[in-house]
Amino acid sequence: MGQIQLNQVTKSFGNVNVIPPLDLTIEDGEFCVFVGPSGCGKSTLLRLIAGLEDVTSGTISIDDNDATEIPPAKRGLAMVFQSYALYPHMSVKKNIAFPLRMAKMDQAEQERRIEAAAKALNLTDYLDRRPGQLSGGQRQRVAIGRAIVREPSAFLFDEPLSNLDAALRVGMRLEISELHERLKTTMIYVTHDQVEAMTMADKIVVLRAGVIEQVGSPLELYHRPQNTFVAGFIGSPKMNLIEGKEAAKHKAHTIGIRPEHITVSAKRVKGAWPGVVGVSEHLGSDTIFHVHDTGLADVITVRSDGEVSYRHGDRIYLVPRMDVLHKFDANGQRIA
Amino acid sequence: MATQHSRSAARLMMAPAVILLLGWMLVPLIMTLYFSFKKYLPLRGGDLGWVGFDNYARFVSSSSFWPSVQATLLIVGGVLLITLVLGVLLALLLDQPMWGQGVVRILFIAPFFIMPTVSALVWKNMFMDPVNGLFAHLWKAFGAQPVEWLSEASLPSIILIISWRWLPFATLILLTAIQSLDSEQLEAAEMDGASPLARFGHIILPHLSRAITVVLLIQTIFLLSVFAEIFVTTQGSFGTRTLTYLIYQRVLESQNVGLGSAGGVFAIILANIVAIFLMRIVGKNLDA
Ligand SMILES: Nc1ncnc2c1ncn2[C@@H]1O[C@H](COP(=O)(O)OP(=O)(O)OP(=O)(O)O)[C@@H](O)[C@H]1O
Ligand SMILES: [Mg+2]
Repeated sequence: MGQIQLNQVTKSFGNVNVIPPLDLTIEDGEFCVFVGPSGCGKSTLLRLIAGLEDVTSGTISIDDNDATEIPPAKRGLAMVFQSYALYPHMSVKKNIAFPLRMAKMDQAEQERRIEAAAKALNLTDYLDRRPGQLSGGQRQRVAIGRAIVREPSAFLFDEPLSNLDAALRVGMRLEISELHERLKTTMIYVTHDQVEAMTMADKIVVLRAGVIEQVGSPLELYHRPQNTFVAGFIGSPKMNLIEGKEAAKHKAHTIGIRPEHITVSAKRVKGAWPGVVGVSEHLGSDTIFHVHDTGLADVITVRSDGEVSYRHGDRIYLVPRMDVLHKFDANGQRIA
Repeated sequence: MATQHSRSAARLMMAPAVILLLGWMLVPLIMTLYFSFKKYLPLRGGDLGWVGFDNYARFVSSSSFWPSVQATLLIVGGVLLITLVLGVLLALLLDQPMWGQGVVRILFIAPFFIMPTVSALVWKNMFMDPVNGLFAHLWKAFGAQPVEWLSEASLPSIILIISWRWLPFATLILLTAIQSLDSEQLEAAEMDGASPLARFGHIILPHLSRAITVVLLIQTIFLLSVFAEIFVTTQGSFGTRTLTYLIYQRVLESQNVGLGSAGGVFAIILANIVAIFLMRIVGKNLDA
C-alpha cells in the first residue's frame, strides 16, 4: 500500500514562501515524477513527504492516515538521495543492512533480504567493499538496495541519476523502471530532466515556483499541455511558440507547434512558412534544423528525417501540421 | 614529482630543511646521551668521568621512578579521556544553530590562549585555595569543610587544570570535523529508523574517528611533557611528580646532570612506547 495525499500543503522558509497551498494525490503503485526547473521546490516537496521538513500548514496523509506529525522513520517511506548518502565507513553489505539493523530484524531474515536485493541489483560481488571503492552507478545501486530491503510503501528518489554519465543514466533509468514493474510499489521521482520524466512516469507533475502547472500522463502532457510553460517544458526539442499575426489568424494569442510536426520542403507550398536554414544538428535518425528569418519567431526548430539534408543558408518552406496546433490565450492558458 | 629529474631536484631542495631539522634534533639528543654516561655534577666537582650505565641503574632503582611513570600516564590518560568525551559533546552542542554562535565559539577557544603558568595560578589561587578560593566559599556555603584540593586531591586537580586548557583545542578540531559531515547522511539514517543515539554511534562517531585520532596524538605529545602546571601548583609533591618533573628535579634541584640525562633517555623511551601503542590502536584511522 502507498497512497499519498497532500492537502493544502504549504511551506515557507522564514518569510520566503516556497510552496503555496498545494493539493496532490499519488495513487498506490503509481510512478509519479515531479519535474520543473531548478529551484521550483521539487526537493522541498519530496522532503515534506518524507518528513525531513515540517509543513508550514496543511496535511499529508499516507494510506488515509494523517502522517503530518509522524517522524520520517515511521512513515514507511524510503528515500534515495542525489548524493546517495551512503555511510562511507560501512561495507556495502552493512549499508544495505543498516535499516534492518535499526529495525532489530532477526538475522536470518536480514540475510535473506540483503541477498535478494544484492542479486536484483547485481551487487553480490561487491558486498564487502566500501562505498569509496565503487563506481557512481554501483553506489547508486547500493543506495537503491538500502531502500528496497525495507520493503517500504513508497520510494522517494531525489534526482538519483544526475551524478551519472549519459550512458549510465539511460541504463539506470531502465533499471529503475524495471524495478517499479517488478515491485509495483509507489515511486515518487524528482528530476529536472524532462526525458527522464517522459520515459519513466505514469504521472507527471509539472511544477513552477512551487505551483503545480499540470498533472497528467506523459502523453496527456505532450498532446494537451494546459499552458505555455508546460508546452515549452515537455518535449524535446522544445515546442515552437509563435505570437503575433500568425497566431491571430488562429484566433489565439500564442500558437504552439512541435518541431516534429513541421515538414520541410524546398518548394513553395500553400500555407507554408518561408525561412533560412541556420544550424542543423544531425542525430543520424533525425536531423534538427534551426530555421531563421521566418518572421514568426527568432528561431523555429524543426525535426525531420535523418535523410533530409539542407545546408546552412538554404531557403526552405515549413509546412506545419494544422491538426496538432496548440492554441493559448493571452494568459498562456490553453484554448480548448 | 614523476620524473627522475624532478625527484632528484626535489631531494636537493628539501635537503637544507632536512639537515637543519636533523641537526636540531640530533645535537640535543646526542648531548643527552653523552651526559647520561657521565658523572657530571656542575656545582660539586663538575665532570667526574665516565660511569657506564650507573646513572640509568640509579634512575630506575630510585623509589620515585615508577610512581613518576604512573603519574605521567595517569595525567595523560585522564586529560585525554576528559577532553575527548567533553570535546565531542561540546562540539555537538556548538554545532547546533544558536544565537550568538560566533561569539560563543570565540569565547570557547579563549582558554587555549592563556599561558599554562597563568591558568594554573588562576586555578590554584582563585578556585582551589582552601581559604579564599571560590570552591572553598562554595563548600562553606553548603556548610561543608573546604577541600584542600592540591594536597588532598592533587592528581585530579592537576588533571582538571590541564583539561580546562586543552578542552577548547579538542572541541575546536572536533567541531570542524562535525561540520564536514554530509547532512544527507544523517537524514538518510533518520529515514532508516536510526534513533538520535544510534545516529551518533553509527554515523557521527565513525565520521569523527580521524579527528579524534589527531586530537589524541597531538595532545599525547604535549601532555607527556607537561610541566608548568605542576611547577606552579604542587611542585611535584602529593604524587604529582611526573617523569618530566623528576628529571627537572634531578638536574636542577640535585644538580646531577648525568642522572637527569639518563632520565631524559627513559622519557624518550616512554614516549615511544606510548606512541607505538597509540599508533597500533588508532593509526589505521589516519589512512585515507
Ligand atoms: N533550508 C532552506 N532555507 C531557505 N530556503 C530554502 C531552503 N531549502 C530550499 N530553499 C529554497 O526553496 C526553493 C526550492 O528549493 P528546492 O531545493 O526544493 O528546489 P528544487 O526544485 O529541488 O531545485 P533543483 O532542481 O535545483 O534541485 C529554492 O528557491 C530554495 O532557495
Ligand atoms: Mg533539488
